[in-house]
Amino acid sequence: MSILVNKNTKVLCQGFTGRQGTFHSEQALAYGTNMVGGVTPGKGGQLHLNLPVFNTMRDAVDMTGANASVIYVPPPFAADSILEASDAGIELIICITEGIPVLDMLNVKAALKANGTKLIGPNCPGVITPDECKIGIMPGSIHQRGKVGVVSRSGTLTYEAVHQTTALNLGQSTCVGIGGDPIKGLNFIECLQLFEADPETEAIIMVGEIGGSDEEAAAEYIKSHVRKPIAAYIAGQTAPAGKRMGHAGAIISGGSGKAADKIRALELAGAVVASSPAGLGEAVLAAIQQKKID
Amino acid sequence: MNLHEYQAKTLLQKYGIPVPRGQVVAVAKETATVTTEIASDAWVVKAQVHAGGRGKAGGVKVVKSAAEAQNVAGELLGKTLVTYQNAPDGQPVNQVLIEETLPIARELYLSMLVDRTLERIVVVASVAGGMDIEEIAHTSPEKILQEVCDPLNGLVDFQARNLAFKLDLSGEQVGVFSRLLKGLYRLFKENDLALLEINPLVVTTDGKLYALDCKMSVDDNALYRQKALAEQRDWSQEDSKEAIAHHAGLNYIALNGNIGCMVNGAGLAMATMDLIKLHGGTPANFLDVGGGATAETVAKAFKIILADSHVKAILVNIFGGIMRCDIIAEGIIAAVKEVGMQIPVIVRLEGTNVDLGKKMLQTSGLNIISAEGLTDAAQQAVKAVAA
Repeated sequence: MSILVNKNTKVLCQGFTGRQGTFHSEQALAYGTNMVGGVTPGKGGQLHLNLPVFNTMRDAVDMTGANASVIYVPPPFAADSILEASDAGIELIICITEGIPVLDMLNVKAALKANGTKLIGPNCPGVITPDECKIGIMPGSIHQRGKVGVVSRSGTLTYEAVHQTTALNLGQSTCVGIGGDPIKGLNFIECLQLFEADPETEAIIMVGEIGGSDEEAAAEYIKSHVRKPIAAYIAGQTAPAGKRMGHAGAIISGGSGKAADKIRALELAGAVVASSPAGLGEAVLAAIQQKKID
Repeated sequence: MNLHEYQAKTLLQKYGIPVPRGQVVAVAKETATVTTEIASDAWVVKAQVHAGGRGKAGGVKVVKSAAEAQNVAGELLGKTLVTYQNAPDGQPVNQVLIEETLPIARELYLSMLVDRTLERIVVVASVAGGMDIEEIAHTSPEKILQEVCDPLNGLVDFQARNLAFKLDLSGEQVGVFSRLLKGLYRLFKENDLALLEINPLVVTTDGKLYALDCKMSVDDNALYRQKALAEQRDWSQEDSKEAIAHHAGLNYIALNGNIGCMVNGAGLAMATMDLIKLHGGTPANFLDVGGGATAETVAKAFKIILADSHVKAILVNIFGGIMRCDIIAEGIIAAVKEVGMQIPVIVRLEGTNVDLGKKMLQTSGLNIISAEGLTDAAQQAVKAVAA
């Protein structure tokens, strides 16, 4: 088992024939992802990477039976792509695009809720279940199938967590990059819920950062719903207030969104919080050890 | 991206929201025309900087005569205004706004923003106008009113009435306030604002409503479709190194330490700053070079980091991802040569072909230290600046 994606996930790519879409689809195919085609309006009927190209998501879903879609479309068109995938009945949309206007995302989220579609991202590395399905821009080679579920707001910090759990031979069940935007699809709580219910996941690493209060909400959820060992890291302890630290969502505003508050909340919820990004592997080991004693 | 008060007020007028009569000037002499054209018992001269707390810092002054207006404008223009929000550096005053004064009966607070938890546009109002809203939220939270806007219906009449009556408005004011609020909502959406704050919204002694002060910030992600607003960006209000980095397509934020940082990924870049602090050093900046990390972007990044004379060493932290470490190492070596680097560069590489990448760095004959992992990199950087 795993969460969200596995070897049976049939994946379409939106923005398939573009530079990003092409490069990352090649990587996904080489990894063994079950890619079934893609969409580029106006290029329907062609073959790209030996897969069919469609003009619309409806055609693509009708012809391939795909249930997931990954989006590499530029920001001005990405909200439309998410809505198109949702309308076509795609169950899981992964939007890699960075830079979608916030007001677009408000409308998108309302539509997704009505359709019951799951969204990962935007502004994220994607999702991977090692050895089965890689959707997104993460390097496949650092992953190892195993027992740690990883959920993170940051791409490269996800890679750190993966690298360290691979080095410790713990491996990963599924890794979800939920993205750095303020308005996004799946959040920590939904992922924690899925990991808690997944028999293959034995421990969880959660990587947060400054801005918003999603980590605090997750801490409340952990207290009452998560029995599995959980380690965490929060980036941005030295970040100045009022400055947007790269990610659109990473900003301390009006005294809220500070790293210290998130760390305190997670510690109170029983998570082992690493003080250094180099300590994620050790922190998850400590969390596993602690649960054994309990 | 922030707008100046005078820019925000021009936008307010476009949407039918009353503001005091006024005019912005960049030269003190020009105040004479303004005080002639705008008849008033007194005027207020307001420094245009992207920071709150202008009043307490001496950036807002009431004047009684044309001569006094010119004097005050002359004192403010060209000065650097330091408020509690932009201390210690402050921001330059390149324009002042001259406005008529109004007979004020009451001061209210009004703002709109995107609430990231509710995933909705939210209107916030209070009878305690003219004060810092965070302070009101802290001391008297019961004075904070809120209406959440449904994305489909937007801000609707009953919500405006809810707020109007709670703000103790009465008679015609209720309808005026509702129209004002719906105008603001349209303005917010049509201009992709991230924040709109009117503090205070005043009720005059004759019962009229005016936006006395206004702050607006635009969603950076939407600037591609808000070209007219993007053109109004005043780079003089931003850190000069940050402005240069922005034009080079890099994400850079200046801090006050002495270890320069160059990292791929925003999360890892923040984590690298934290790591330096954890090991007893202080980061000089946040810098995300993105996924590419080519010789060209690395050289650009080095130049921006080196423009800060406090920087005594540079820590490069790259998780290779799909890009191979040997290619990244090649880029770093080329960039170190190109900029004629005089200070030590500590490099931590991870990812595909990492051993080859490290070997290339070690044998480059340059002042590059190849670190063994994250912790070692931070420790080496701290050691390098202590030496």
